[in-house]
Amino acid sequence: MNMCDITLAGAALKALGSGALYWPAQDLLCVSDLHLGKSERIARRGGTQLPPYETRDTLARLASDLDATGARKVICLGDSFDDLSAAMALPDAERLWITRLQAGRHWVWIEGNHDPGPIEYGGTHLAELAEGPLTFRHIASPAETAEVSGHYHPKATLHARGRAITRPAFLIDEDRLIMPAYGTYTGGLRSHDPALTGLMKPGAHAVLTGARPMRIPMPR
Amino acid sequence: MAQIPQQFQDWFAAKGWSIHPHQQEMLDRATDPALLLIAPTGGGKTLAGFLPSLAELADGTHKGLHTLYISPLKALAADIKRNLRTPVEDMGLPIRIEDRTGDTSQTQKKRQRADPPHILLTTPESLALLTSYEDAPRMFAGLRRVIVDEIHALAESKRGDQMFLALSRLQATCPDLKRVGLSATVEDPDAIAYLLAKHPDPCQIIHADPGPAPDIQMLVTEEAPPWSGSGGKYAIPAVLEQVKQHKTTLIFHNTRAQAELYFHNIWLANDDQLPIGIHHGSLDRQQREKVEAAMVAGHLKAIVCTGTLDLGIDWGDVDLIIQVGAPKNVKRLVQRIGRANHRYNAPSKALLVPANRFEVVECVAALEAVKAGALDGDPRGPGPRDVLCQHILIVAAAGPFNANALFDQVTTVGAYSTLSRADFDACLDFCATGGYALRAYDQWKRLQQRPDGLWQLRDPRSAQRIRMNIGTIQDTDTLKVRFKGRGGKPLGEIEEGFAATLTPGDTFLIGGQIVRYDSLREMTVQVTRDAAKKPKIATFLGTKFATSTQLSHRIIEMFQQKDWPDLPPHTAEWLKLQRKVSRLPEPGRLLIESFPHDGRVHTAVYGFAGRNAMQTLGLLLTKRMEETGLNPLGFLATDYATLIWGLDPIRDPGPLFDINGLRDGLERWLSGNAVMKRTFRASATIAGLIERNSPSARKSGRQATFSSDILYDTLAKYDPDHLMLSITQQEAMRGLVDFGRIEEMAARVEGRIDLIELDRVTPLAAPLMLEVGRVPVKGLAEEKLLAAEAERLMSTAGLPPEPQKRDWRVPF
Repeated sequence: MNMCDITLAGAALKALGSGALYWPAQDLLCVSDLHLGKSERIARRGGTQLPPYETRDTLARLASDLDATGARKVICLGDSFDDLSAAMALPDAERLWITRLQAGRHWVWIEGNHDPGPIEYGGTHLAELAEGPLTFRHIASPAETAEVSGHYHPKATLHARGRAITRPAFLIDEDRLIMPAYGTYTGGLRSHDPALTGLMKPGAHAVLTGARPMRIPMPR
Repeated sequence: MAQIPQQFQDWFAAKGWSIHPHQQEMLDRATDPALLLIAPTGGGKTLAGFLPSLAELADGTHKGLHTLYISPLKALAADIKRNLRTPVEDMGLPIRIEDRTGDTSQTQKKRQRADPPHILLTTPESLALLTSYEDAPRMFAGLRRVIVDEIHALAESKRGDQMFLALSRLQATCPDLKRVGLSATVEDPDAIAYLLAKHPDPCQIIHADPGPAPDIQMLVTEEAPPWSGSGGKYAIPAVLEQVKQHKTTLIFHNTRAQAELYFHNIWLANDDQLPIGIHHGSLDRQQREKVEAAMVAGHLKAIVCTGTLDLGIDWGDVDLIIQVGAPKNVKRLVQRIGRANHRYNAPSKALLVPANRFEVVECVAALEAVKAGALDGDPRGPGPRDVLCQHILIVAAAGPFNANALFDQVTTVGAYSTLSRADFDACLDFCATGGYALRAYDQWKRLQQRPDGLWQLRDPRSAQRIRMNIGTIQDTDTLKVRFKGRGGKPLGEIEEGFAATLTPGDTFLIGGQIVRYDSLREMTVQVTRDAAKKPKIATFLGTKFATSTQLSHRIIEMFQQKDWPDLPPHTAEWLKLQRKVSRLPEPGRLLIESFPHDGRVHTAVYGFAGRNAMQTLGLLLTKRMEETGLNPLGFLATDYATLIWGLDPIRDPGPLFDINGLRDGLERWLSGNAVMKRTFRASATIAGLIERNSPSARKSGRQATFSSDILYDTLAKYDPDHLMLSITQQEAMRGLVDFGRIEEMAARVEGRIDLIELDRVTPLAAPLMLEVGRVPVKGLAEEKLLAAEAERLMSTAGLPPEPQKRDWRVPF
């Protein structure tokens, strides 16, 4: 498995090519913005009927990351469900799958803007979580440090010999780490966006996801 | 013979005209269920189409809509309105004529639905929208005749399929509806007649006098065309000379980028300050309208343009057509030339300007074909199912429907006459439930069946969403370009992909001016003026046509000549040079050249199968090269060759080109490549799976949207038998994939492959190096490049490169 070493507030972390974050010292895997049930929510709200397979695809990738790392603790960093009704409407097979993934693991659901409030799944429900030197919350607070957050779905573009390659990306500086979206049906916000350039310090890096995660200076 | 009403006879007499035989025949056959008129522009074609309607309406007794006129262009509808008003006003006929297009105001549109004119001029999209309203049956109640103009252009596109489906609904409301088609010269009139008529009605074809043969020649210049390139810049002095000698000249280009560059260059050389304008589909509407107005007023000596000026708009006194770049297709060349000249009985005059020496060969081959009267064209397959899906949604928006009746109606459309009930039901199920193997949307169906068996929208509000997404024209992803600053002037659009490659300070051409990229704001490219002389050219696509099979064969045949007296000396010399350093492509053999360039191995495959098939060949070959570890980086395709570059050379081409291997590869490859994804995006948008417009579209576009590629990948993985994938495959096979022509190439070559290794670019390969439209191969080579580039960036930024360490593994 390919991963990229990153350090935040002294914690040695590994950015996985899948978009998950692994913290070996804490045996912890963090994923952000799963947006489970997105296709259901879109159809419910009168949109089109997208292929209803994104939840199982997202869970399959999560299962594979859990297998590969053997992490005993899991943090879902908010917007785990596309909304609370979508969480309720997940088919039984997918609910069972989540339960199986949770078995024997300490599982934390962080609240997101899409899924505020507790959801009827096992595990701990928190607004934010302090773990060692780090704080995990859904949306970055500009004043805080040593913070891991999600929400923005960052992506970054690299120009290599006349070709633009765009991938979801981790953004990191000495104060914070912003996670890419892990869910299958998620788009991205370019790292150039003022929302991201305003949060990240001038020396920030981006780690592009993909077969081999790649660290570059954050394009801005 | 049908007598034309006295006031018409008087009007003709007053004008000093006599009725054309084909106009008389149209009147005589006014009660035929369907009529196809094939006539050159300027032959009174429009009047011929409208005469029966005017005659029927002359006594003022008809109430409501009588005749519907449909044309592919908004501008054409406006034009016809103007031209038709002349006879109507001259004769004092009590006839109301109005047009209805995307540009018509909301109030006007509303009024038209309540109180329709006698003659309504519209476009396929506006018609489809009209039929989506609940009150459509009332509006179309008295409809007697429908006239489809430029039907040969519509017959080749999904816009035509949509229009014929809409006609099938009108015909159901008005069983006595008569259909008239007006067409330019085509190679297969019967095929168009079959599309026009309500199946299985007969359709009489009327041929007007085609007029004198066009006078087409190749422009002879002092200076030789360049070895490569596509701009035709070398011929600018000669072209300016021709512009001076004629009243109005249209200068056609095959792509918008070429038109832009040419326009820029012609102005640099335009010492006499001749009034010359530019017109193409990427320009802002206001700008286009300005040029159109100046043209009609006779203020312009020339217009540099693309296919958007192709159709039969009345452009005033055009007396010369110049085609820059090879025409690609003989039929289109003939139609383009025939249409632009509006003086009947005077031969159309046209000049071909080859842009490079290869195109000299193609132009000469095309001239031979024109002389031989050999038009080319490939038959279109059965009606596309994505358009049918949209049609079902449009029907549902208009009100509850019976599936059996709808199926019967759809199969009266020529293109859908062979549609099976199973295919129809699959489309209906897709519209209703999404058609997924996982029946996830039973609660959120789009269409549901009522107890009485009729189908209707579950949520009536979705009718609005359906209407907002009507149409089959695919915009490539484009971004608007504006001058920086508040209320900056809009210039036009460029492709998103091109915009992504721009960095601040880069320059490109748009609307004839060089601009500097400043920033991207709210999906608008902001630019400033730039005084630079040499821009980075915008690679917006413009339509690319494939050189026809017939023309390709003519070219290969021409290569076999011992020498080339018909070709200008410079081109003959070039072919001789190619024969000397390498060899020329031969019939029944496949030539492959391999040479180093720019640090990469280049392989040129001269397959002569047309752009789309050569593109597919590039995809299949690079896939197989990837599998055999040759590290291809990318390729590009032209009509005659595929150029592949990568890290390692091909040594043994035989197995790579084995047609069975290619066919197998096609099956595997079809599931995951860029062409399929592009086709999927288009078809999924037409079929209503992806909405271009939604009532609540959030403007910021923040993480709300995601790429259609993800939908494609998800479907391919979890629901490989889904209707949308089947449609995508069918569309790709006949459109962008064009595998039929690869088969044709393989059959012609039968394994006779000549691989020639050289130490540099050959004369024949040189033009390829400058082509746009490079397709990257997303394989191992990309990861390698990415790693190298990341390392370079990190070290440039003064950071240590990522240590190359062994792959990290979890201890299990």
